[in-house]
Amino acid sequence: MSQQPRIVFEAIEASRSFDVSKGPLQRVLSGEGRRILRAVDSVSFGISHASTLSLVGESGCGKSTMARLAVGLYRPTGGEVRFEGQNLSAARAQPALRRKMNMIFQDPYASLNPRWRVRDIVAEPIRAFKLLQGPKDINDRVGQLLTQVGLSAKDGEKFPHEFSGGQRQRISIARALSSEPEFLVCDEPTSALDVSVQAQILNLMRDLQNRYGLTYLFISHNLAVVRHMSDRLGVMYLGRIVEQGPAEAIFRTPRHPYTRLLLEAIPDISSVGRRRTPVGGEVPSPIAPPPGCTFHPRCSLANERCRTEKPEHTRNDDVLVACHAVQEGRAV
Amino acid sequence: MLRRFLDSDFAYAFRRSPVAVISTLVVVVVVLAALLAPYLAPHNPFDLASLDLMDSLKPPVFSADGDSAFPLGTDDQGRDVLSTIMYGTRISLEVAVLAIGFSLVVGISIGLLAGYAGGAVDAVLMRIVDVQLTFPAILIALLVDGVVRALLPREMQEALEIDVIVFAIGISRWPQFARTVRGSTLIERGRDYVMAARVIGISSARIMISHILPNVLGPVLVIATLNLGLAILDEATLSFLGVGLPPTEPSLGTLIRIGNNFLFSGEWWITIFPGLTLAAMVLSINLLGDWLRDALNPRLR
Amino acid sequence: MALLDVIDLVVEFPTRRGTLRALDGISFSIEPGEILGVVGESGAGKSLTGSAIIGLLEPPGRVASGQIQFEGSRIDRLSPAQMRPIRGRQIGAIFQDPLTTLDPLMSVGRQLVETMQTHLKLSDRDARARAVQWLEEVGIPAAAERVEAYPHQFSGGMRQRVVIALALCAEPKLVIADEPTTALDVSIQSQIISLLKRLTESHGTSVMLVTHDMGVIAETCDRVAVMYAGRIAEIGPVADVVRTPSHPYTEGLMGSIPSLEARVERLRQIDGAMPRLGAIPQGCAFNPRCGRTIARCFTHRPDLMPAGATQAACWLVGGGAA
Repeated sequence: MSQQPRIVFEAIEASRSFDVSKGPLQRVLSGEGRRILRAVDSVSFGISHASTLSLVGESGCGKSTMARLAVGLYRPTGGEVRFEGQNLSAARAQPALRRKMNMIFQDPYASLNPRWRVRDIVAEPIRAFKLLQGPKDINDRVGQLLTQVGLSAKDGEKFPHEFSGGQRQRISIARALSSEPEFLVCDEPTSALDVSVQAQILNLMRDLQNRYGLTYLFISHNLAVVRHMSDRLGVMYLGRIVEQGPAEAIFRTPRHPYTRLLLEAIPDISSVGRRRTPVGGEVPSPIAPPPGCTFHPRCSLANERCRTEKPEHTRNDDVLVACHAVQEGRAV
Repeated sequence: MLRRFLDSDFAYAFRRSPVAVISTLVVVVVVLAALLAPYLAPHNPFDLASLDLMDSLKPPVFSADGDSAFPLGTDDQGRDVLSTIMYGTRISLEVAVLAIGFSLVVGISIGLLAGYAGGAVDAVLMRIVDVQLTFPAILIALLVDGVVRALLPREMQEALEIDVIVFAIGISRWPQFARTVRGSTLIERGRDYVMAARVIGISSARIMISHILPNVLGPVLVIATLNLGLAILDEATLSFLGVGLPPTEPSLGTLIRIGNNFLFSGEWWITIFPGLTLAAMVLSINLLGDWLRDALNPRLR
Repeated sequence: MALLDVIDLVVEFPTRRGTLRALDGISFSIEPGEILGVVGESGAGKSLTGSAIIGLLEPPGRVASGQIQFEGSRIDRLSPAQMRPIRGRQIGAIFQDPLTTLDPLMSVGRQLVETMQTHLKLSDRDARARAVQWLEEVGIPAAAERVEAYPHQFSGGMRQRVVIALALCAEPKLVIADEPTTALDVSIQSQIISLLKRLTESHGTSVMLVTHDMGVIAETCDRVAVMYAGRIAEIGPVADVVRTPSHPYTEGLMGSIPSLEARVERLRQIDGAMPRLGAIPQGCAFNPRCGRTIARCFTHRPDLMPAGATQAACWLVGGGAA
């Protein structure tokens, strides 16, 4: 690998808000204003070629919205999302670039059209981008793709319901690979699977990355899975990245109090019989996030500044942390 | 393929339901009799040359002065009632099937569009649906029928008789289909397989037709079955009221209306037999539709 | 004497294509005050074991043979009317989705009061005071005011706390918790797990904790039963099962879990998938996925045999190789 790896995907201060107001009439009657949900709030990161960046966080932190921003299913309401050095909408307008990105979804039951045969599901990107002509060539390629993900070419004749969850996720991966992508957005690809099957899928994704130099944006709530998969890591809380950097560095010395909370909270098989004092509190509503640092109501280090002033990212070694306590050296 | 179907849970549930089996039998018999009327009917009621006024108003074969040539008796013009019923059912079915087909095309298109586009398009289309649903379907059909007839030039009216009534009944029944399809579309469009298609840039039109349509068709086809029965009744009602099909092309409704004039003079068979056929057919179709709806709805199982 | 004894339990689902054996000869016991974890992949039969014990098998499922003994008397042949006072009073239940347990039209206080008054002799005033106490004990802030609140006014984590209060308020001797934290975020999950652990400990309640999350088991339970294809593959003290598993399936399962402690290049994977109920292979059900089979594995089904500190249903540990 060269010294300066190429940045494949980049988010620059990307934001996405949703208007979750009631209808105009109801708003007038109840005297409420507009309600804006800031699902993603000025998020910046870059992913270099053939590496994996993971976004991790609890439900409602905006990681799935970020995944959808990354493949153009949502447009950013602020900032920019860039692919191969171009603005994402411009990049997606060109089929040659659009085919280089694809997505793997969480629910293997909802992500395959139940009325389509597997071979048509896998061939859809090939047909859409006219990568191959003629039914024989397409069929051969589909067979090859299915074999590659550990299924057999004959499985193309079947319908999705004839497969188990893990096998369906393999079909999903075969479909994602069929457009010969460089960049794959994986939205919780194994969280619906049993652990032994999860291991199969994670191994497969790693093998494919090594073989084809794939770049992954990996979304998960499971820190152990994230640790296994990622080169870099971003921890999200209420729409913002609170800590990001090389995954190893963060797991070795988590700095942000929220990252520490998450790591502390995860039950791990190595912690037989562990006693702990769990952190209290719940994630507040993203429609009315707390002022200042959004994590302050749950944070034991919070002081007056945390309650009023939004923390900026500061660099500690290779890790960016948005926390006043870390910046002031209060978090030890 | 056939063996797999016969072995499926669906086929199993069907065999275990006497209601489903009997109503299917009735529907099959009636439909076959209607379709094969030219070959099966003992007489051709439209062949004026074969009519003989001497045969008029004969009672059914089981009464004292019945004639074995006319099993269900004859009407005032000497037409065989059984044959007129077979031909009449044919016309009734034709109108109902065409009307529901037309209705389905309109309803499914509008439902897909409203559900997939959402926003203002959805709001406008669904308000139209709401408004129309506040009126009874038969009233809409009557209104449309009347307006179209008034607008058509007199010389075209005869030729377009069936088309007008198909249009009127079809227009009166699409909102239900639109609403059902919109509901299912709203669910389907949020599913990941639609997202997967959008990620690779498949156009909205293609997503609606090749991805969503096959997945929303099930429930609407069940409703269509139920509506088929209602459409047959609609046609019968319009014809009974005299705004449907003319006596020269008598449907079941027309037959009942004509026969009604003889009911009190004792020639009951002219109206009762078409009436019974209508009732048996509509009831069977509805029972079958109800059963289909329950059998295909996993939540009720 | 054990609190709960499950002896050679067989649960069957008659279908028109033949009878499916969902649980095939399960035996285990739970001691007073003990937390037993039951872990397995989806379809292994872990939730079914819980439903069978509290007498809530979905028809047409039925206990075909074997026994379930609670404090020495059989409860698997009881009529629904005989079972009702046991369920709640003797055996409580916590399910994955709190909304299936809570009545949306009744305030949480009312639900607690009704549950307690059904099973315990309490005056209205005492029951009400106890309800507030319970809400406080499960960590609902401002319990005295929130006792009048309805389930939809609570967040997911708070609702699960209410469910725990409901399950424990009639002071049962055993609680069956079926994936109680699966629907929750990790930080909430750890709160709920410690709460459950603390409360059952202080009230001396036994717990059967059903989950697919080995991490939760490791942290919470005293013993664990690993289920595979309707049978127990291995059962024993948590530390031994996790660190020195004897059954090849348990071993594979532990290796396939990514750990926070260290990063490995490849996870150990068990190829293939658990067989479906209708297609369980002859001999040991795990034989198609096992890397260490011997001839006997394909012909004879192993029962649980002592294997060091645990018991495993595997011919390799039971001297089958000899």
